[in-house]
Amino acid sequence: MSKFNKKKSGDLPAISTASLPDIVFMLLFFFMVVTVLRDSNLLVQQKLPKGDQVEKLKKDRSVFIYAGKPGAGYEKFGKEAKIQIGDKFTDVSNIRFALEELRRKLRPELQDKVMVALKVDEETNTGLVTDVKQELRDLNLLKLIYITTPGNQLEE
Amino acid sequence: MARRATPEVNAGSMADIAFLLLIFFLVTTTIEKDKGIARQLPPKMEDQPEDVIIKQKNLFIVNVNKNDQLLVEEELAELKDLRQAAIDFIDNGGAPSGSPEYCSFCKGKRSPESSDNPEKAVISVQNDRLTSYKMYIAVQNELVAAYNFLRDRESQRLYGWKYTEMKKAIDEGDITGAKADDIQEKLQAVQDLIPLKLSEAEPKKSGS
Repeated sequence: MSKFNKKKSGDLPAISTASLPDIVFMLLFFFMVVTVLRDSNLLVQQKLPKGDQVEKLKKDRSVFIYAGKPGAGYEKFGKEAKIQIGDKFTDVSNIRFALEELRRKLRPELQDKVMVALKVDEETNTGLVTDVKQELRDLNLLKLIYITTPGNQLEE
Repeated sequence: MARRATPEVNAGSMADIAFLLLIFFLVTTTIEKDKGIARQLPPKMEDQPEDVIIKQKNLFIVNVNKNDQLLVEEELAELKDLRQAAIDFIDNGGAPSGSPEYCSFCKGKRSPESSDNPEKAVISVQNDRLTSYKMYIAVQNELVAAYNFLRDRESQRLYGWKYTEMKKAIDEGDITGAKADDIQEKLQAVQDLIPLKLSEAEPKKSGS
């Protein structure tokens, strides 16, 4: 009988947690590296339209133009769709200055290959987008990309 | 002067601190992967070029009104039928065989009423200023899809590799060096074969 008793008394050894900090640090570094802190605070609503015939955006050579109705917390700016570049609302006539400012922040060798990324809320009128495009043509910034979310509007 | 040994620092709370930081970064992370429909705007001309005359049969007109309704070639249409209609139009190949414009690879109906060949075919989109951006993108998406369908088909026939897949491989940087140049050339060849000719008329004033 003593043979059986002996087995029972053997407790499981405690699992060493000494390597736990290492694992956590590894995860931490991963997230620190992939994190992109938002550089501009969104002032407008952004529900992007869906599209599936898309190309990837080259982030290092693009400047962003946001447009849409003023978002939550910014209702005092009215209900009409507005354009946002950088951190503030911009008028159509002021786009050129705001874009020039953004363009100078890019790497010098890429400044000639600028791509304009339009992030426009799906409820905006096309008229506003046309005004922006007209302005871009005047500025000779001819490459643009309409940012979309994955999906297809036919599937709704 | 016996030097007192410094007591060992307790590292037990290190995991807690690391966890705190980890959770902070977890919450603030937005892994952005923006994708979209790329487009090239026509350059601004100083002097107005002479009007280029495009034959009516080579023109495919898509109208979107302020209520987001579609008018394709003067007929009301649904968004879901737009892609096929555009494919039929581009792929028609109406030029008679033997003429210099004859399209050897087209698989369309070869109706003399529709486009001569993909190079001649122009799709013109007209928006109202009050058209919603959602609809605008949906229409653009369908038209690009039509072009991509045909480019895929021709690329598959010529090189055994779909156009969109080739393009994706280049974009993602999977292929580099001499092979990438080779693929760029093939992409260009397909683009020349079926050029994307999407024209956008200046939108009409609302309500008209």
